[in-house]
Amino acid sequence: MATREATAPRAPTLRASRRYVGETLIKAALGLCALVSILTTVGIVVALLEPALEFFKEISILDFLTGTNWAPLFEPAHFGVVPLLVGTLLVTVWACIVCIPFGLGSAIYLSEYARPGTRKVLKPALELLAGIPTVVFGYFALTFVTPLLRDIGLNVEIFNALSAGLVMGVMLIPTVASLSEDAMTAVPQNLRDGAYALGATRLQVATRTVVPAAVSGIVASFVLGISRAVGETMIVLIAAGQQPQLTFDPRVGIETMTAFIAATGAGDVPRGTIEYKTIFAVGITLFAITLVLNMFSIRLVRRFREVYE
Amino acid sequence: MSRLEGSRRTGRGRGLAFQLALWLSLAVGFLTLGALLVQVFTKGFARVDGKLFTDPPSFDPLIAGARPAIFATLWLMGLVFLFAVPVGIGTAIYLEEYARKDRWYNRLLEVNIQNLAAVPSIVYGILGLAFLVRGLGLGRVVLAGGMILTLLVLPTVIIAAREALRAVPGSIREGAVALGATQWQVVWRQVLPAAVPGIATGSILALSRAIGETAPLIMVGAVTYISFNPSLLGPFTALPIQIYTWTNQPQEEFRVLAAAAIIVLLVILLVMNSFAIVIRNRYQKRW
Repeated sequence: MATREATAPRAPTLRASRRYVGETLIKAALGLCALVSILTTVGIVVALLEPALEFFKEISILDFLTGTNWAPLFEPAHFGVVPLLVGTLLVTVWACIVCIPFGLGSAIYLSEYARPGTRKVLKPALELLAGIPTVVFGYFALTFVTPLLRDIGLNVEIFNALSAGLVMGVMLIPTVASLSEDAMTAVPQNLRDGAYALGATRLQVATRTVVPAAVSGIVASFVLGISRAVGETMIVLIAAGQQPQLTFDPRVGIETMTAFIAATGAGDVPRGTIEYKTIFAVGITLFAITLVLNMFSIRLVRRFREVYE
Repeated sequence: MSRLEGSRRTGRGRGLAFQLALWLSLAVGFLTLGALLVQVFTKGFARVDGKLFTDPPSFDPLIAGARPAIFATLWLMGLVFLFAVPVGIGTAIYLEEYARKDRWYNRLLEVNIQNLAAVPSIVYGILGLAFLVRGLGLGRVVLAGGMILTLLVLPTVIIAAREALRAVPGSIREGAVALGATQWQVVWRQVLPAAVPGIATGSILALSRAIGETAPLIMVGAVTYISFNPSLLGPFTALPIQIYTWTNQPQEEFRVLAAAAIIVLLVILLVMNSFAIVIRNRYQKRW
């Protein structure tokens, strides 16, 4: 049966099958390119998971997540991650205090108030902030903002969470603003027209019609901002210090998860030691937190795209 | 009647206050940017001299330069361009021109790329430390740095290239197919040439993000004292890392040096960004 089919005469149109082989090869090559990003994710998970699991064989996961003393390099060593989590939270909260109101305000202005010409200039100018390398923001926090905070009478230490958080907040304004603005621009014009027809002022249209209609995109921008703040390394490494203490006082030095990873990774830690494995235990905690935040944000963005596009 | 007038007046007052608040929001960003630039330039401008470009770093801040770091940053730019652009464009073409959107693996791929774009850069650094430096045994070399920065900016390149491809109207593809072109001929001869300006702009912006990244390079071991020019498989320290190490020194002279290096980095970024904008404005087609 099979041989008869193989020897059966072919229709002339099938001559194109020779070219088809090339097309398949090209498609396969493009698929391989796409595979790189899948492999990156797999690589990240495997790279984190394997040493992290070894770490959790030696230190119980419960002690790790609930311990309030972080001193992995001391004798006796303590591996309670809570001070690093609180340090990260503290900086993130201060970043949000800056980036959420000012980012949203910038977005409302750009989307609802600015004339097209003004917007064309202001938007790329604001994006310049997002293009400044984080190490430069770290330098700025340490050499400008911290002395400034002291000048206005705040008794901050040289390394403190406040300065790092505030600068990080400004850095994140474009992140929050651009995604929020996208969501507000996607709100159909006839919703605005309807509100104006009912006698609403510009303020009422912006705050009671456009913002509620774009709320999923706006929340997504906040979540993305939070995720960036949690994962930001250089500003906290330079300006917030490396003192893992459990405090909510923003005037003193703290250590975040990212700063710990970078500070430990910078040294030549021998592979296989417990110090080496802590990098991965903290890393997987960080990755898990940002993954949840990112998935949440991606889902919210998809929702507003579905509603209006 | 009077009540109506009253409410209108307060409404106007509120509207004005709100608009002022919006201006303030924008001002926060711009004032900070201004303060940052003024701070960096007043502190470091005088130190942007020949020595900075021709001399290696030193323990004496007065004779120190950043030549090895600047060279390494150029190396990294070249490597990222070489790796990230082809793979990024390939992925974008696959997703836009070939992939069937209803297949689960293609949807997974999309979510995966969106998520990778938001993974903290330090996590890429951990990947580099575990797989490239230790796993593959590459060591703390320029190649490892270039590879990890490639993975870091790949999602950005892919997203930009996809947008550029999507902007090419379907009628171009349909016309080519109607004339008997195969799918690849459509992509290679029609879609890709039309999308080149958009892809170039996106790639340059991604590249400029890569050369400002510090955290992943710290993890692959770029924090070292290097006095010689880097090579592909040799140890290195990049410009942002040099800024970081100088910022970490307590002496004021090193802070000045850090500011000078920041100026060099910002100028490189500015040149790249202007280049991207020129390409976009000059060559981008409007359909």
